[in-house]
Amino acid sequence: MIAGISIYEILTVTSILFFIGVYGFITRKNLISILMSVELILNASVINFVVINKYLYPDMLQGVFFSIFIIAVAAAETALAIAIIINLYRQIASVEVKDTEIMKY
Amino acid sequence: MERIIFYILALIIIFFAIASVSSKKMLRSVVYLLFVLCGISGLYFLIDYNFLAAIQLTVYAGGVIVLLIFSVMLVHHIEMELELAKVSKRILIAVASLLGLGVFLTTIYSYEFIVVENSITTTTEDIGFGLLSYEAGGFILPFEVISILLLASMIGAIIIAKGTKITNKNNDSL
Repeated sequence: MIAGISIYEILTVTSILFFIGVYGFITRKNLISILMSVELILNASVINFVVINKYLYPDMLQGVFFSIFIIAVAAAETALAIAIIINLYRQIASVEVKDTEIMKY
Repeated sequence: MERIIFYILALIIIFFAIASVSSKKMLRSVVYLLFVLCGISGLYFLIDYNFLAAIQLTVYAGGVIVLLIFSVMLVHHIEMELELAKVSKRILIAVASLLGLGVFLTTIYSYEFIVVENSITTTTEDIGFGLLSYEAGGFILPFEVISILLLASMIGAIIIAKGTKITNKNNDSL
């Protein structure tokens, strides 16, 4: 744990980060920007896992493992999403959400 | 000392996260996201969890950001401005987000967390033993599943991004 910092302050920061991600997810009109907002949300949840593990149950390691798994899944998701976006751009020459109506190959 | 560093990191994270979701230029927004991810990795260093900080720097700041920058450069003209939502809609969503944040914060601050005072450093050795242990509470099965998932997503990404197969027949018709 961080000396002199209570768990409330860290949870406040992660909540703010989470809702910035939600705001970006809804307001952005671009597939890549939406993907970036999802990254923000996932990062906030990873910090929460680590912080709650470190502050409340310091002799356990479950939160630590779950943070690693979340990062691995997020990396896989980003790679696949970008592959789909690039393939979509090849077919309809746009990555805006409103133009994305074909997902057939 | 830790207090000051934590507040600086928190300010960096929140400021650049807001800049990242509200910037009009695509590439700048990706670079702001890079600052957010570096700040988060600083938070992990501060909390004495060096392994995850290194993972954050290599996977996110090294891998995901480069991937995003490449896709932005392949897809957009760099100077192109993004289309933003209508102002009324943005204000509505910002108010809704603040409302949700208020609910979160009241819930968090009204709960009494039983904090255990400690200064345990999570070493990489502990993580390795935990991930590969097959006794009760071990994580060997999710570890293997994650490796299969990474392999599958790598193959899937290659196949999807490759697009249509270029054969001799296609070349003749072009």
